[in-house]
Parts: sequence; C-alpha cells; structure tokens
Amino acid sequence: MIAALDRSFLAALCLARAGLKVDADKSYLMESRVAPVARREGFASAEALIEALRERADERLGWAVVEAMALPETEFFRDAEVFDHLAESVLPALIRARGGQTVRVWSAACGAGQEIYSLAMRIADTPGLTGRIDLFASDLSERSLEKAQAGLYSQFEVQRGLPARSLVRHFEREGEAFVLSPRVRQAVRWGRVNLLDDVSRLGPFDLILCRNVLPSLAPEARDRVARSLLRALAPGGRVVLGRREPMGPGLIAAAPCVFAAAA
Amino acid sequence: MKTCLVVDDSRVIRKVSRRILEDHGFEVAEAGDGVEAMAWCSAMMPDAILLDWRMPGMDGLEFLRRLRAEPAGRTPKVVFCSVECEVARIREVLDAGADEYIMKPFDGAIMAGKLAAVGLLAEAPT
Repeated sequence: MIAALDRSFLAALCLARAGLKVDADKSYLMESRVAPVARREGFASAEALIEALRERADERLGWAVVEAMALPETEFFRDAEVFDHLAESVLPALIRARGGQTVRVWSAACGAGQEIYSLAMRIADTPGLTGRIDLFASDLSERSLEKAQAGLYSQFEVQRGLPARSLVRHFEREGEAFVLSPRVRQAVRWGRVNLLDDVSRLGPFDLILCRNVLPSLAPEARDRVARSLLRALAPGGRVVLGRREPMGPGLIAAAPCVFAAAA
Repeated sequence: MKTCLVVDDSRVIRKVSRRILEDHGFEVAEAGDGVEAMAWCSAMMPDAILLDWRMPGMDGLEFLRRLRAEPAGRTPKVVFCSVECEVARIREVLDAGADEYIMKPFDGAIMAGKLAAVGLLAEAPT
C-alpha cells in the first residue's frame, strides 16, 4: 500500500507535469498504475520508486510515473455514432469547404491509438474520403505512442468496440495478437505532445478530437488546454469532445459531441 | 422480453453466457449442438443466437447455413462465439451470415459490446 503522504506527492507531481487531476485517496488506482513502472525500472516496490523520486529529481522516472497515471481506458469506435457522424457529415463538409486542400485531423491524447485508427478505418472504407485527409495523433506517453505506432492489439483489445467485419478487413493475426494493416497504420503521423505546452505550432487543424481528456485535468489546466486547442483550430474547424463532457468556453454545439468555435 | 438461444456443447460456457445475457434482460434457452438448436428454432425463432463453432453432430457453421435458408431464418441476430481466431475463418462465418463474432475467452463487457453492436442492447455500458 502506498502511504497517504506518498500519494499526495504523486498527485502533486501529476498536477505539475501534466495538469492531471489525480485523486490522492484512490490508493488502489495508484498502486495498480505505479507498481508496473516500479517493476520495469527495477525497484522492489512502488514505495521504493516513490522514495527514489523524492530523493533525486529524476526527470525520466518522474515522467514514467506521470504517463502511467495518465493512461486512459480506451476502446475502438468508442461512442460509435460519433464516428458515423464524422464520416457521413463532418468530414465531407470539411473536404468541400477546403476545396481540394488536405483536411487536417488531430487526435489529442490518442492513448494506444484506438480512436485515430477507428477514424482511419472509416476513412479507408469510405470512397469519397480516402486520400484527402491527413491524420495526426499525439500523446503524453512515449509508451502509448510506441504501442499505437506498432498497431498491435491483444485479442481482448480487438474485441472492445471493433466490429468483427472491421477486424477481418483491416487486421491480420500475429502470434497471439492482431496487427493492423500497414495501409491504415501508415495513414497516421505521430508525435509526443504535452497539451500543457504551446500547441499552436502544430496547427492549424480542421478537426480536433480531444475526447474524455479535459475531465481528467485540474480546472486550471483544463481551461489552459481548452484555450490552446482553440488556437490550433482552423477557421470553420470542429472540435470533438467525449459524450456527456461539458462544453468548454468558446465553443458552440454543432452536433452531439461536435463543436465549432464561437465567433 | 428479448430471447436468446445459447448453442454450445460446454455446459460451463452455456452457464456463463446465460448469466451475462440474463443480466441484460434476455430470456435464455440452451442447446448442446446444431441439431438441438434447429429444433428450438423450428418451434420459435429467438431474437438472438449465441453460437459455438465446434460441436459434435451439427457444428455452428452448418447450423448457420441451414438457419439462414429457413423462411424466417434471417430474423435472429447470430453472434458466433468460438475459440477459433484465424482471421480467414472468422471472415468465413461472417460471409455465411453471422452478424458478429466473439473470440473465447470473453468477458461480460465484450459480450455486452457485441450485443450492442448488433442492435440488441440500447447502448454498450461505458
């Protein structure tokens, strides 16, 4: 068990580095996320790792812990109707509006890639969309990005949200796991991005997906990230938030989960 | 109440599946192979069929083909549930008319997601 003082220490670290709102009372969550990092890094326990962090300001080790605490639970086609709406309505409209220019999409906090790959699969399956959309995905966690880029998912992961028809169309079996086709994988560019940093250099994007991210941030960080997402949004662009997520400031609802910048 | 026929030669799997389905409000019937399942379907077509592949007597794929050839046999949503996880074999049963596919081992969340995907649950629990 991680002691209360250590839990507060970790919560403060997550807040300072990534603006993450971590409940210091949730000892089980912390234990389950930090223990694997401790094992990987050669510590006897989560407590030993935290002690080492307290004693010396180890940048890399600190980030490893923060990234582990930021891991989102994710599945393919989460809130499937959002992907239908994007493929049938939002993306065709953006393509028309851009008049032949490539439409730029950003999945902010992409985790292990299920969201951006879900969109990439829909695009590959929709004739009018193929070849006209540029996909960029970023995450705070190097490890998540590595996993995402590999496009390798366990049997359990490919059964969460992924229709069997999409599985047989876009995946091949590789050992005990399933690997996404190179065609879909190569449609996505990746980068490590801390949403607290200046993200305006990445933009402008016509479509930004930032689903189920803002609610995990502390209020101050949430406002800061929401504002910088807006700065990275191209005129006429759209922002997609998670279901039941409160609408951020400066946004107006365009469709369920889909928002435009207020004039 | 929606009805689901669970077809599997393993009593343990039938029991596990029944419990998950009942939690989602299904009325559940069980069959141990394709022949028994055909008999059920001739008496009354269920809304859903959870179908194992490898079974003695009539296997899942043969049952599916026969079912889909029946007059009302296109109505039930058929979700395969098998240890088979080769992509080409999964494609084979989807082409034969299966609506979804679950690879064993599975859990309640996977089954709920698949039932939602074929329109038998209002929405997948998040």
